[in-house]
Amino acid sequence: MLAFCLLGTLPLELWLGVRVYRRWRRLLLTLLPVVAVLVVWDLYAIAQGHWEFDPAQTVGLVLPGGVPVEELLFFLVVPTCAVLSFEAVRRVKGWPAGDE
Amino acid sequence: MSYTALALTGVVAAVLLDVVVLRTRVLTRRVFWVSYAIVVFFQLLTNGWLTGRDIVTYAESEIIGLRVAFAPVEDLLFGFSMVVQTIAWWVWWGRRSGDVRARGAGPAGP
Repeated sequence: MLAFCLLGTLPLELWLGVRVYRRWRRLLLTLLPVVAVLVVWDLYAIAQGHWEFDPAQTVGLVLPGGVPVEELLFFLVVPTCAVLSFEAVRRVKGWPAGDE
Repeated sequence: MSYTALALTGVVAAVLLDVVVLRTRVLTRRVFWVSYAIVVFFQLLTNGWLTGRDIVTYAESEIIGLRVAFAPVEDLLFGFSMVVQTIAWWVWWGRRSGDVRARGAGPAGP
């Protein structure tokens, strides 16, 4: 699923030229606060039993607090794909985004 | 707090981050909503797969029970909050670094 997201958006970087991965510092600074918030949310949700992960369908690498490694990767991959989509729409349509 | 309450809180927090804290106002931009529409389509696909195959399961007591493509409707709020936070920070860092093609085209700084 994570690979599907990364491969599906890769053409945006390679052929559409959205330059998101090339602006990796800005991407990392964006991911940092988002991942922090999501990990705290996830820790709380796991502790409260909001959701559970099937041990048979995850690689089994579990971080402190019961967070599967897939979950952390998910929090890195999905926001990255959101930025790629955002920059792709901006590139194609030429609409302003507020940082011009 | 239930997942329902937390998901709603997450949406409110993301809106406040965009409008009040960072003042990026991506929520007022067409480019945001069109890209969100694309993201939410793929969220329904991937999330449907993750919940349909029971890779992730949700406690019935913590959700209102309305489901879209196998996944609790709360997941859509969670996703929306995540995307708003992400794009708001992205635009904010873009403003700070002046990292855009049209550098120098806007109003002159101090």
